[in-house]
Amino acid sequence: MSAFEITGQPIELQVFRARLLDRSCGAYVQFDGWVRDHNEGRKVLQLEYEVYEPLAVRIGQDIIQEALERFGVSHACAIHRSGLMELSEVAVVVGVSSPHRSEAFEACRYIIDQAKIRLPIWKKEHYESGHAEWVNCQRCAHHE
Amino acid sequence: MKIRVRYFAVFREATGTGLEVIETGAASPSELFSECVGRHPGLQKYTASLVAINDEMAAWDAQLNENDEVLFFPPVAGG
Repeated sequence: MSAFEITGQPIELQVFRARLLDRSCGAYVQFDGWVRDHNEGRKVLQLEYEVYEPLAVRIGQDIIQEALERFGVSHACAIHRSGLMELSEVAVVVGVSSPHRSEAFEACRYIIDQAKIRLPIWKKEHYESGHAEWVNCQRCAHHE
Repeated sequence: MKIRVRYFAVFREATGTGLEVIETGAASPSELFSECVGRHPGLQKYTASLVAINDEMAAWDAQLNENDEVLFFPPVAGG
């Protein structure tokens, strides 16, 4: 299994966690991103992720590698969903294990923050009103 | 020269296509994007945040070559 994956299937969290088990590690930090029922005052019914997989996987693996080197943690993995998702489903999971907790928290935060900025993944929200809209990450707009 | 242009998410919906091959004299992705806005007025209100050439992230002033595949990414929102 690769350190960063895209999947169209529900993420099996127990299987994911088992990949990061290590007897030399005393800390395991996991971040789950869930599908939320609202955004900016609107009721959300479903989420849809469009992923450009060839680049998303490569950039995702770069981010994991950076986290391993920068924070010196023992293991790090992440899985991101693609396609249509229901409320409360896990859209993304990041897991980090290390001998001590501090660097595991930092590495986990680094991976999810970078993933949101760098991965070619787009989110479409389907609202109760029947409308659907692509959600933009405005701080990522660099083109002038 | 011929360039393959790929659109994603809101760009795909605004242009009505995920891929088109265009004959262009654009020297850079920046010039090419302006040309694409001309071809697809629906793109006008959007800003592309990132660009890739042949599956490698690229600069907006990078040089384009015959048969390159240029990927225009709308602002991303993963996670």
